[in-house]
Amino acid sequence: MIAYSLHTPHVDWFGLGPIFVLIGASFVALLCAVLVPQAVRRVTAATVSGLGFTAGLALAVWLYVDSAHGHTIVSGTFYRDRWTALAQVILCAVGLATTLLAVEHMPGWSRNADRSRRDDHIAEFYALLLASAAGMAFFVGSANLMVMFLSLEWFSIALYVMCAIDYDLEAALEAGLKYLIIGSFGAATLLFGSALVYGATGTISFQGIARAVAAQGLTGDWFLVLGLALVVAGLGFKMSAAPFHMWTPDVYEGAPTTVTAWMSSATKVAALLLAFRLMTTAFAHDTHLWTWGFAIVATISLAIGNLAALVQTNVKRILAYSSISHAGFLLIGLSAGSALGGRALMYYLVPYTAMAFGSFAVVAARERELGVPVTLDNLAGFGWERPFLGVAMWFFLFGFAGLPLGGGFVGKFYVLSAAYRHGWVWLLIVGVLATLVSLYYYLGVVRAMYMRPSEELRVRTETGVAVSGGAPARERLLHLAVGAALAVSVGSLFAVQPLIDLARHAASALPL
Amino acid sequence: MSANSLTSILIWLPVAGAILVWLLPLSRYATGSLALLFSLAEVGFWIEQAGRFDFSRSGLQFSEHAKWFGELGVSYHVGVYGFSLWLVGLTVVVMAACVGYGFWVGRDRPRGYFALMLLLTGATVGVFEAQDLVLFYAFFEAMLVPLYVLIGVWGGARRMEATVKFVIYTMAGSLLMLAAIVAYGLQAGTFDLVDGPASTSRWLFLGFMLAFVIKAPLFPFHGWLPDAYREAPPEVTAVLSGVISKAGLYGMLRIAIVKFPEPTSFYRTAVLALAAAALVYGSLLAFRSTDFRGVVAYSSLAQSGLIALGLFAGTDLGFDGGVLQMIAHGLISASLFLIAGVVERRTTTGEFRLLGGMARGRPALATLLMTVGIISLAVPGSASFAGEFLILAGVFQRHWWWAAIGAGGIVLAAMYMLRLISAVLHEARGSTVADEALDVRPGELALVVPLVAALLALSAWPAGISHHSFLGKTPTAAVRSQFK
Repeated sequence: MIAYSLHTPHVDWFGLGPIFVLIGASFVALLCAVLVPQAVRRVTAATVSGLGFTAGLALAVWLYVDSAHGHTIVSGTFYRDRWTALAQVILCAVGLATTLLAVEHMPGWSRNADRSRRDDHIAEFYALLLASAAGMAFFVGSANLMVMFLSLEWFSIALYVMCAIDYDLEAALEAGLKYLIIGSFGAATLLFGSALVYGATGTISFQGIARAVAAQGLTGDWFLVLGLALVVAGLGFKMSAAPFHMWTPDVYEGAPTTVTAWMSSATKVAALLLAFRLMTTAFAHDTHLWTWGFAIVATISLAIGNLAALVQTNVKRILAYSSISHAGFLLIGLSAGSALGGRALMYYLVPYTAMAFGSFAVVAARERELGVPVTLDNLAGFGWERPFLGVAMWFFLFGFAGLPLGGGFVGKFYVLSAAYRHGWVWLLIVGVLATLVSLYYYLGVVRAMYMRPSEELRVRTETGVAVSGGAPARERLLHLAVGAALAVSVGSLFAVQPLIDLARHAASALPL
Repeated sequence: MSANSLTSILIWLPVAGAILVWLLPLSRYATGSLALLFSLAEVGFWIEQAGRFDFSRSGLQFSEHAKWFGELGVSYHVGVYGFSLWLVGLTVVVMAACVGYGFWVGRDRPRGYFALMLLLTGATVGVFEAQDLVLFYAFFEAMLVPLYVLIGVWGGARRMEATVKFVIYTMAGSLLMLAAIVAYGLQAGTFDLVDGPASTSRWLFLGFMLAFVIKAPLFPFHGWLPDAYREAPPEVTAVLSGVISKAGLYGMLRIAIVKFPEPTSFYRTAVLALAAAALVYGSLLAFRSTDFRGVVAYSSLAQSGLIALGLFAGTDLGFDGGVLQMIAHGLISASLFLIAGVVERRTTTGEFRLLGGMARGRPALATLLMTVGIISLAVPGSASFAGEFLILAGVFQRHWWWAAIGAGGIVLAAMYMLRLISAVLHEARGSTVADEALDVRPGELALVVPLVAALLALSAWPAGISHHSFLGKTPTAAVRSQFK
C-alpha cells in the first residue's frame, strides 16, 4: 500500500508578513463597503488603509533588519532578503501617502458629478489600492517566473480597475480599457518570454535558470535569447519605458490623478527592482545581452520621453512623458549591471518616487480646485495662490530636471557614474543631453505657475473658464502628503550616505 | 564655535534666512528689513573671516570637511584661499547692496523675492568656497534656480525669452561639465579639488571650459547676455554681471588652469584669442549700444575677456591682475547697473535718445556716475587701471601682440564710457527727463556709495588684493603646486 500525501512546503509566515498585512487590510476595507454606513465609510476605509500600510511598513522595516542573510522561502519561490524588504518599505510609504491623498478625492470631478454618490466606491478604492500594493510587494520578492507572472497580474488587475473607478468620466473609462488591453499584451509578452526561457533551461526558478545556463552552456542559445528579449519587453511595459510606453500618456492623463500618483511611483519601483534582481540572478551569464538591451531601451526612453514632452500642454501628460524619460534615467543604472548600478537604482528611486508622487498630488490639488483638467494655461498664477503647493512643485520640477534642489541631482549623478564606470561614455553623454532637453518643459511648468502675467488670469476669470471662485479647499491631508514627499526629496540630498548604505546592504543580497 | 565654521556659516546663513523670510508672514517692510539684516550679518561674518585670515600662509584656510557620499569620494569640503576670500567678499557686499536696492524700490511679492535673493547669496558664496567638484557643481547649478525665477517674475517685458535663453545656454555648458566631472572624479578616485590629481585629458578640459566660458561669458558664447542683462531687474543684473560672471572666471582659475596644466598650455592660444575677441567685440558693441544697460552689459563681456586674458597668460602679473580686475570690475558693474536702475526709475527708460542733461540739478547722481565711469575707463590711479595694467603686462610676457590688442580694448573702453556719461548726464535734456525727477535719494546713496567707497579704497591700495591673493608663493608657483 502506498501512502499518498501532498507534500506541503514549510511557510515562513513572517517573511511574507507585509503581503499578508496588506491583503488582510484590503479584505477589511472591502467589508467596509458593505457593513459601514455611508456617512463614515470614507473615514473608516481610509483608516483601515492607513493602518494597513503603516503595519506593512513596520513589518518591512523589521524584515530588513532581520534578513541580513537573504534566502528563499516557501520552497524557493520567494526571496526573503533586504532587496525585497527595502522595496516593500518604499512601496508601503508611497501607499501611505496615496491613502492621505485619496481621502479628499472626489470621484467625477466634473462639475455636474452627482454629489450624493461621491462615497459610493471609496471603500472599494482603498481595497484595490491595498490589493495592488500587496501584489507589488509580492512581485518584488518573487524567485521564479511563475510567481513573477502571477503577482504581476495580481497588481495589474487591481490597477486596471482603479484607473476606471471614476466611471462618470469618459477619460477614466478609456484609460482603464486602454491600460487593460495594452497591459494584457505586455503580460502576455512576459509570459511567452518566460515560457521560452523555461523551454530552454527546463526550470522556472531564477537561480535554477542561471545554473542551467552555466551547466549546459546555453549562453547565446536562441530560445533563451528570444525569451530574455520578450521578458525585457514585458517588464518594459510596466516600467513605461519606450518603446513600450504607448499607453502611458493616455492612461496617466485619463486615470483619476490619485491613481496616477500611485501608479507612476509604485509601479516603477516594483518593475525596476524586480527587473534588476531577475537580470542579475537568472541571466547573470548573459550580462552582455541585457545590459546592451536595457541601455538601448534607456536611450529610446530618454529620447521619446523628453522630445514628446516638449509639445504637451496638459500637465498630466507632461508628467507622464517625464515619467517615461525617468524610466530611461533609472534604466541607465540598471543597464550598468553592477553593484554600483544597483545602488544607484535603489537610491534614485527614493527621491524619484517622492517627486513623482508629489508632483501628481499637486496637480490633483489644482484639479480639485478648478474641476477641469489642468493645463499649462490654467496653471497660471497657481504658485502665488497656493504658496506651499507652488514651492513644493517648484522643488519637484527642478529636482526632476536634476538641479541640486533635491535627491534627483544625486540620483542622476549616481546613475551616470555607474554608466561611466561600466565604460559607457556615450550613455553618460546621452543622459546629459536628455537632461538638457528636459529642462525646457520642466521650466515651462514653473513659468506657468509663477511667471504668467496676471492679465491672462483675469481674462480667464471673466470668461469663467478656469477659476471656480472663492477660497480653494483646505486639503490638509493632501498638504501633509505633499509635505512628506517634499521632505523625502530634499532630505535625500543631504542623507545620501545613509540611503546608499541601505541600498548597499540591500544589493548585497544579489549575486553581483 | 570654531573659526573654521565661519566658512559654512557664510554659505548656510543666507539659506536659513531665505527659509525664514519665506515662512514668516511679515509685512512688506519687515520682510525687507529682515532680509537686509541677514545680508548685513553676512557681510559682518565675512569681515570677521577676513580679519582672522592668515595672509602669511599659503594653502587652504578655514577648511571644513565632512562625508557626503564617501563611496564615490564625494565630500562636503569647503574652505577659502586668498583669492576666494576676495570673491566671497565681493559677493556678500554686492548682494547686500542689491537686497537693499530691492527693499528700497519695494519689489512685489517681497517674501518670494527676498528669499530668492538670499538663496542666491548662499549658492554663490558656496561656489567660491567649495573644494569638492560635486559640491562646486551643486552650488554652480543652484545659482541658476533663483536667477531663473528672479528674472522671470520680476523682469521686464521680454523676460520670458530672456530666461529661456539664459537657462538653456548656461545649462548646456554646465551639463557637459557634469559629464566631465563624473569622468574626472571616477578616474581620479576622488572629487576633492585639493587632493585631486592634475589631468592631461583635453576632452575634460574642454568640458569644464565650456561651462565657464558660457557663464563668464566669452565670445562667441555670450548670446544669452544682452537679453538677460536688459530684462532682469537692475539689481539682479548687477548681481549677474558683478558676481555671477565671476563664478565662470573663478572656475577657469580654480579648476581649468590648475587641474589641467597640459591642456591649458595646449589651448592657451585659442583661449587667449577668444578672450581678445570678447574684449574687442564687446567694446565695439558697447560703443554701438543705444541704451545704458546695453553699454554696461557689453562692457562686462569685454571685461570678462580682459580678465580671461590675464588668467590664461599664465604669468605672475597676469594672475594677480586677473584677480584684482575681477574684484574691481565686480564693484564697477554692480554700481553702474544700480545707477542704471536709479536713472530708469526717474525716466522709465535707459534709451540714450530719450535721456540727457541729467547732471543739471542732480549733483549727487552726476558725481556718482562720473566717479564710477572714470574708474571703469581705467584712469591712472584707479583700481581698474592697476588691474588692467597688470593684465597687459602679464600677457605681454606671453607675446606683445596680446598686450597690443588689450590696450586697444582699453582705449575703446574710454570711448564707450565717456559716451555713456555724456548721453545720460550732459547734452540736451532728454524728452523723458522731467525737471521734477529727483536727485539720488539718501536711501539709494546708502546702497551705491559703499560700493564706490570700496572702489576708491582699492584704487588707493590695489596691492591689498593683488599681493594678497596667492599667498606664500608667486602666483605661477601656487598654480603649479595646485594651491597646496
